[in-house]
Amino acid sequence: MDICSMTALELGKKIQQKEISAVEAVKAALECIEDREPEINSFVTVDAEGALKRAEEVQKSIEEGTIVSPLAGVPVGIKDNMCTKGLLTTCGSKILKNFKPTFTAEAVRNLERAGAVIVGKTNMDEFAMGSTTETSYYGETRNPWNPAHVPGGSSGGSCAAVAAGECTYALGSDTGGSIRQPSSFCGVVGIKPTYGTVSRYGLIAYGSSLDQIGPVGKNVADCAAVLEIIASHDKKDSTSIDRKDYDFTSALVDDVKGMRIGIPRDYFLEGLDCEVKENILNAVKVLEDKGAVVEEFDLSLVQYAIPAYYVIASAEASSNLSRFDGVKYGYRTETYEGLHDMYKKTRSEGFGAEVKRRIMLGSFVLSSGYYDAYYLKALRTKALIKKAFDSAFETYDMIAAPAAPATAPRLGESLSDPLKMYLGDIYTISANLAGLPGISVPVGTDSLGLPIGMQLIGNCFEEKKIIRAAYAYEQTRADAGKGAD
Amino acid sequence: MAKQYETVIGLEVHVELATKTKIFCSCSTSFGGAPNTHTCPVCTGMPGSLPVLNKQVVEYAIAIGLAANCEITRMCKFDRKNYFYPDNPQNYQISQLYLPIARNGYVEIETGDTKKKVRIHEMHMEEDAGKLVHDEWDDTSIVDYNRSGVPLVEIVSEPDMRSADEVLAYLEKLRLIIQYLGASDCKLQEGSMRADVNLSVREMGSGKLGTRTEMKNLNSFKAIARAIEGERQRQIELLEEGRAVVQETRRWDDNKEYSYAMRSKEDAQDYRYFPEPDLVPIVIDEAWIEKIKMMQPELRDEKLARYKKEYDIPEYDARIITESKRMADIFEKAAAICNNPKKVSNWLMVETLRLLKESGMEPEGIRFSPENLAKLVKLTDSGDINSSVAKQVFVKMFEENIDPESYVKEHGLSTVSDEGELLAVLEQVIADNPQAAADYKNGKEKALGALVGQTMKAMRGKADPGQVNRRLKELLG
Amino acid sequence: MANKISDETMEYVGILAKLRLSDEEKENAKSDMEKMLDYIDTLNELDTTGVEPMSHVFPVNNVFREDIVENGDGSEDTLANAPLKKEQGFKVPKTIG
Repeated sequence: MDICSMTALELGKKIQQKEISAVEAVKAALECIEDREPEINSFVTVDAEGALKRAEEVQKSIEEGTIVSPLAGVPVGIKDNMCTKGLLTTCGSKILKNFKPTFTAEAVRNLERAGAVIVGKTNMDEFAMGSTTETSYYGETRNPWNPAHVPGGSSGGSCAAVAAGECTYALGSDTGGSIRQPSSFCGVVGIKPTYGTVSRYGLIAYGSSLDQIGPVGKNVADCAAVLEIIASHDKKDSTSIDRKDYDFTSALVDDVKGMRIGIPRDYFLEGLDCEVKENILNAVKVLEDKGAVVEEFDLSLVQYAIPAYYVIASAEASSNLSRFDGVKYGYRTETYEGLHDMYKKTRSEGFGAEVKRRIMLGSFVLSSGYYDAYYLKALRTKALIKKAFDSAFETYDMIAAPAAPATAPRLGESLSDPLKMYLGDIYTISANLAGLPGISVPVGTDSLGLPIGMQLIGNCFEEKKIIRAAYAYEQTRADAGKGAD
Repeated sequence: MAKQYETVIGLEVHVELATKTKIFCSCSTSFGGAPNTHTCPVCTGMPGSLPVLNKQVVEYAIAIGLAANCEITRMCKFDRKNYFYPDNPQNYQISQLYLPIARNGYVEIETGDTKKKVRIHEMHMEEDAGKLVHDEWDDTSIVDYNRSGVPLVEIVSEPDMRSADEVLAYLEKLRLIIQYLGASDCKLQEGSMRADVNLSVREMGSGKLGTRTEMKNLNSFKAIARAIEGERQRQIELLEEGRAVVQETRRWDDNKEYSYAMRSKEDAQDYRYFPEPDLVPIVIDEAWIEKIKMMQPELRDEKLARYKKEYDIPEYDARIITESKRMADIFEKAAAICNNPKKVSNWLMVETLRLLKESGMEPEGIRFSPENLAKLVKLTDSGDINSSVAKQVFVKMFEENIDPESYVKEHGLSTVSDEGELLAVLEQVIADNPQAAADYKNGKEKALGALVGQTMKAMRGKADPGQVNRRLKELLG
Repeated sequence: MANKISDETMEYVGILAKLRLSDEEKENAKSDMEKMLDYIDTLNELDTTGVEPMSHVFPVNNVFREDIVENGDGSEDTLANAPLKKEQGFKVPKTIG
């Protein structure tokens, strides 16, 4: 019985049935971590001691019958931009190298209430800015399918850890594709929920109007189960939405008859790797064979999503990250002369190149004389993009698309040209601008053996439709939920 | 001939609202805690924390906006104002720029016999900053976030004022409006009301505004008046020398009576405002405004007009009494209970003002209740105590809010109405002071005073001096 | 239209963002920013006349808290991560000269 290859629901069931204890589960995960970490580096912090202690408590609660959640006792990895009380939370940055939050993020608390056992904090691009998990101060994460390649990002640590079996599932965050793209690169399933579905309280903000926490799992069912637990209306997050339809597992139905799937022509033009294209169109065909109605259409405005995104995200980031100044927490430079020197030295030493680049850009586009031309223009573009999606969803239940233009690049290949790296977000970014839910589900591998993910984008608040379609597709694959060995 | 200059002044007034909790978190706003005790992740800018708006802040802001004749913005939003400073934990302040809660209002001020309107450009909600304490010894500052996140409204006037007198009248007017609404205690000294002065000068008759400076750190009415005079002089001197006034922020040093430019290279004053993504818009509908209007208490001007109609007291007294909400409340209640507004007004105008002045207190700090003042008036009206005892009791009441009835009873201070006892004492006094009695009989009116004094002393003050006087005359007559 | 960012602009943005870049970083950042701005300028192809800027994607309004004190003494947690503290406060270089 290989605990590390089980899905979260399988493992959770065996724990509920007392076949496996929570302690055995966490020990298996820790062994796997010990085995794989030297190569993959999915974690910034592994909390072996805390996890074992917690597993014992959870086991006791299960035996007493006080926790009956389907995922109680299952080991989970938390992206290192979510606050965990007393446990180092770095955001992949030097500037938070010693930061121990005094409270726990609401999404993580929801998991804890359901008996989750946190094994550690997963690696990420610094402050979630990046698509490769190479900008982390704590070293790059490698793709478990082929360690010469990146796992994607920014939730690369979460996705790699799940693919390698180091934890059974994980939480990631998605600002411009940071769950869906690395899920695709690592052959796991990831969901970016509708904006406002999962509380952002305790998520260290990158782009506040775009950030959402979501699950990363071995299959669609695991992700639906995790989303059901973490989603909540939180009074501490003013943008949290009271939905009342949190029963996402009810959508795990193998039936897509009559579902209308739109294929945006603009997403399948030049720039898309032909192996990726072929695999995705094949997957769409599978859904069509199962009774879905598939149609090509023109989404329009596709090329404007990235520039609009980078204006909005950088602007918000420049403000969100100004609190890291060496005064209240985190890193402070050793020597300085006066206040402003302290600020500048602390921040220049504490932030990496990509973070500084985006803070500079964000400060510039908001500065006097440029606000209207850049920031307001981007917000107007966002409104038009939202409108384009609204009209697409009048016709279609969902949109099928790639999660990335190609499979995982080799380490070091992307960072040299930032603009090219940004272009890699072309299929994921619009969902963040329009607040829409998206799921990435594995549909095959390329000739190098690297995974390919299909993205399904739903209308806002219609996670259930994309979960259902992804689930139905997954039923046709024998290798579903296997991960990288 | 020397040129004549006109001073043009606009004000930015910050008022701390009287909410129990901060604007974006449920920390207490009360004064006086040890450093950083009234703090949480939200008001200290901890990573991952998020703001949630206090509804009472919006309601107070709407109330002030309505009282200042503003248009209430039906959909208003918060924006971030970005600048680095240690008292600002997030290094941005949540404020309002693009859609402030109220706009285009005015208040009417009076200086001497002239009335004028000072227009209000806009009014917005924002969070206060923390406090910095400077340590001269080791060249550091200590940051305390207890005040961080305390709700403020900032009221921005048009440049409609022309003198320090007008500025003070305007501030006084705002203070009265806001205190009456109960939206703030508006104490300049304690910083719950603060004013930044935008000032420029121009040649008399010129239609064009001069370059203005903004002065900060003004924490008393006197400092404001001095700063206006000082800055006016400074600008005129510059112009006379043919130099230009630089648009800048200046810090007033009230000890040196001079302002200093706060300019620094690191202080670019480019705040990069953008809509706060962590807060949703506020939609204010007619029903909400109506509800707040309904709850609006009678404001000072209305009250003053009513006093003139309802109470037979001098207009001057009515003005003084209504200058403080607390004083006006005491007056109305006490007058209603004892049905003697004139006496109540006298107590407030004479003894109360005297004791306030002596103890350096503001009228808002009056401790005695209207019920007790009414009792005191009744005790004097009925002749139960004489006026000197009453003053004595009043002092006690002013200090400790004692109940005058039980106090008089406990200390045996009521006027003796037992004629027998008084007569016995009078006879004794006459017997003991034959010379004085003889002098009176011989026409020396003054001698009677000595006898009255002796009697009052013997009675330990509990006699009615008028009665004593009358009786003595009878006995000696 | 190619954007040109001057050294002065880089200096100015550095003051706003409280970042001090090395000369090499500055050159890179300058050319990166120029390229990004050129790219962002493609938005100008789009006619957005009459389009309301959209800051919030969903029409959610009026989210409030009641004015009730719920937090107690938070000083211990607040200061837990302070790089330098003194007398229950955060210690910083003197702010007024």
